[in-house]
Amino acid sequence: MKKSVFLGVVAATTMVAGAAAAQSTLEAVKARGELICGSNTGLTGFGAPDANGNWAGFDVDLCRAVAAAIFGDGTKVKFVPTTGETRFTALQSGEVDLLVRNSTWTVSRDSELALDFVAVNYYDGQGFMVKKDLGVSSAKELDGATVCIQTGTTTELNLADFFKQNNISYQPVTVADDSEAQRQYLAGACDAYTTDASGLAASRATMPDAENHVILPEIISKEPLGPVVRHGDSNWGDIVRWTYFALLIAEEKGITKANVNEVAGSTTDEEVKRLLGLADSGDLPAKLGLPNDAFKNAIAAVGNYGEIFAANIGEGTTINLARGLNALWTQGGLQYAPPFR
Amino acid sequence: MEKHFARTEMLPPMAPPVTERGVVKWLRENLFSGWFNTILTLAGIYVIWSLVTAALPWWLNSVWTAESLSQCREIVTATAGEGATGACWAMIRERWHQFLFGFYPQDAYWRPVLAFGLLFAAMAPVLFAGQKRNLSVLLGAVALVLLVTLMPASAPVAVVVLVMALLAGFIALAQVRPAMLLWFTAIYPALCFWLLWGGSIWVPVVAMLGFVVMGGAYLALVGRMGPTTSAVTGVALALVWWLFVDLPLTQVIDGIAPFALAKVNSDQFGGFLLAITIGVTAITFSLPIGILLALGRQSDMLIVKTLCVGFIEFIRGVPLITLLFTASLLLQYFLPPNTNFDIILRVIILVTLFAAAYLAEVIRGGLAALPRGQYEAADALGLDYWRAQRLIILPQALKISIPAIVSTFIGLFKDTTLVAFVGLMDPLKGVTQIVRADIDWKGIYWEPYIFVGAIFFVICFGMSRYSMYLERKLKTDHR
Repeated sequence: MKKSVFLGVVAATTMVAGAAAAQSTLEAVKARGELICGSNTGLTGFGAPDANGNWAGFDVDLCRAVAAAIFGDGTKVKFVPTTGETRFTALQSGEVDLLVRNSTWTVSRDSELALDFVAVNYYDGQGFMVKKDLGVSSAKELDGATVCIQTGTTTELNLADFFKQNNISYQPVTVADDSEAQRQYLAGACDAYTTDASGLAASRATMPDAENHVILPEIISKEPLGPVVRHGDSNWGDIVRWTYFALLIAEEKGITKANVNEVAGSTTDEEVKRLLGLADSGDLPAKLGLPNDAFKNAIAAVGNYGEIFAANIGEGTTINLARGLNALWTQGGLQYAPPFR
Repeated sequence: MEKHFARTEMLPPMAPPVTERGVVKWLRENLFSGWFNTILTLAGIYVIWSLVTAALPWWLNSVWTAESLSQCREIVTATAGEGATGACWAMIRERWHQFLFGFYPQDAYWRPVLAFGLLFAAMAPVLFAGQKRNLSVLLGAVALVLLVTLMPASAPVAVVVLVMALLAGFIALAQVRPAMLLWFTAIYPALCFWLLWGGSIWVPVVAMLGFVVMGGAYLALVGRMGPTTSAVTGVALALVWWLFVDLPLTQVIDGIAPFALAKVNSDQFGGFLLAITIGVTAITFSLPIGILLALGRQSDMLIVKTLCVGFIEFIRGVPLITLLFTASLLLQYFLPPNTNFDIILRVIILVTLFAAAYLAEVIRGGLAALPRGQYEAADALGLDYWRAQRLIILPQALKISIPAIVSTFIGLFKDTTLVAFVGLMDPLKGVTQIVRADIDWKGIYWEPYIFVGAIFFVICFGMSRYSMYLERKLKTDHR
């Protein structure tokens, strides 16, 4: 009896929840007046608040672009820090509208967790860092090495796979987080430190003797990181996906934060006209439920993909990541946007 | 003739032998009293010496002014030579405000500072009941600290003047009617809520009126209907007030006389502001709930007893982390989407329930330690249940439980750092992580932990010393 009452309550609440969820995410965001974006609790270059509490970073800029596309104002976004454990539940339960928190796209997350990865804004992969005087030039020479590895991550499993496949042995030194890993590695507790290559680069950049450490060429896993939305609201997924693609097309066409208005006035390229929502170019952005100048606003707020990359993590910043896989397809990378028509 | 020798004057007293006095005696007795202790002493000295030589240069080379960790390292290398290490306190200097306040708006820092100061003014009459001197000293100290800190925290001058006048009034009142100060303690929660979260002042005022309704109903009915019925009626009326009267009335009054502070959202709370808000609220509410649960568990009434036992055992059987995840994740599934049930409030409620369950068992220990005769004596005096508890049983039981209660409080306060796991910005993990995510400070390790640890130590040590003082003050036996 007691149980059936409980289940009844659960069912009733779920129905209420379901009924309310019928309101689309875009409508909810518009009614609220701000986008709620799930972000990292702090990851160098990708998303962290500065001394004044303003969020900045590579992932953060994508959130701002979506906010600018919807509201014409890149500041109408609230960042909710989520941990590795809470991120997907926060998205599923509607606490955040969008999750841009360097999450790896995998089949189980796409299916079991009922989430949709709408794009890949950063192609990462797991790498190794070793001290130069170890005299190692390839990860396959790491036989018998001690390796610092964060527990409970997919990197731990990738590491085991890699060493097994190459038939060499290693000794794991488990650490809780990146700062501890860095300290253990510098103190000599392990010969190699492994995590995503972008994280290794950031760690190496801040070491007191960066020149004495090398990141080995092998990348042993695929880590496509991208924005995530809930299953079931395809229009919302389209909005995020095409905002991202708009930033890519902007880079391809040489539209920047600085020249977007100028381009809008002078362009003769039909695709650019459609992208920026200029007069007599159709109303493609409006078909997504956005204002016609949505993508123009997004580009004006944060710049194109290349600018975001360069400003937060690219060459010239302390982290100094090369574009690599994240270069445009025209330059040998994987970043490729479908045509805007 | 035999000659007898007799000393005619006393020898001057001589100092004890060198091994029996002063430092040597103390060393011999305490450090080198046998071969085993000698070995232990030498080993201990070696350990201390190696710790000090390892850590001392790091402390001595501390850098206070720099813009990044690499700059700190350059300064250390420049002043102490190649390979030297040094603490980089410049990070604390740049980011201390985030460790203390999180993302709280900087021009409103005076509000948490004032709330924190007044917290002591509100606690003073409880902590030092009937002790005019201690009470005045504490109130004076609060006034002094607020005077020094409010202005740099950009408080309006009118507020500072008002607060000083208020505290001067309290000190005067403490000399004549110290018990009257408890009224301030009663309204403090509403004041604190208003200062921290801002918004219209009428929200907390009208909500507090619910308690007035509750108390009024109780007092009006208690003569005719007995304490239990009138208490239930009072609570029911207060619920009616909060559910149906509160909101419209607030809107009406706010329309007539709007008076508000700028609103601050919960997600802007962080650092010690968050830890202390959660800790103090949970401590305040868990004690009465814990007492009621302990009494309920000892009750003869089957339903009350079963409910209390079930609650206590359930909460104690579940780790705090699980409850925090429940607060942050599970509750969201059961609430309709887009309901904004504040995450801090959810966490506070579950932390309070968690602490209450532990306190209930601590207090039950105190109740069990009382001799049966005390209960029988109370019955023999003809006291009813609540009077017997209030006048005879609880004062003794609580006194016995003081050390364990304070231990629970200290544990609770330290457990507030666990909220980092649900994405809140606690000082230890949350703020440290965002500071380390800044490329300027990435790679910094010990400094934030030492800074946060030192503040936690001060607060917990303070609680511990107060509990020892309270034990001495309430000591009536001659053990």
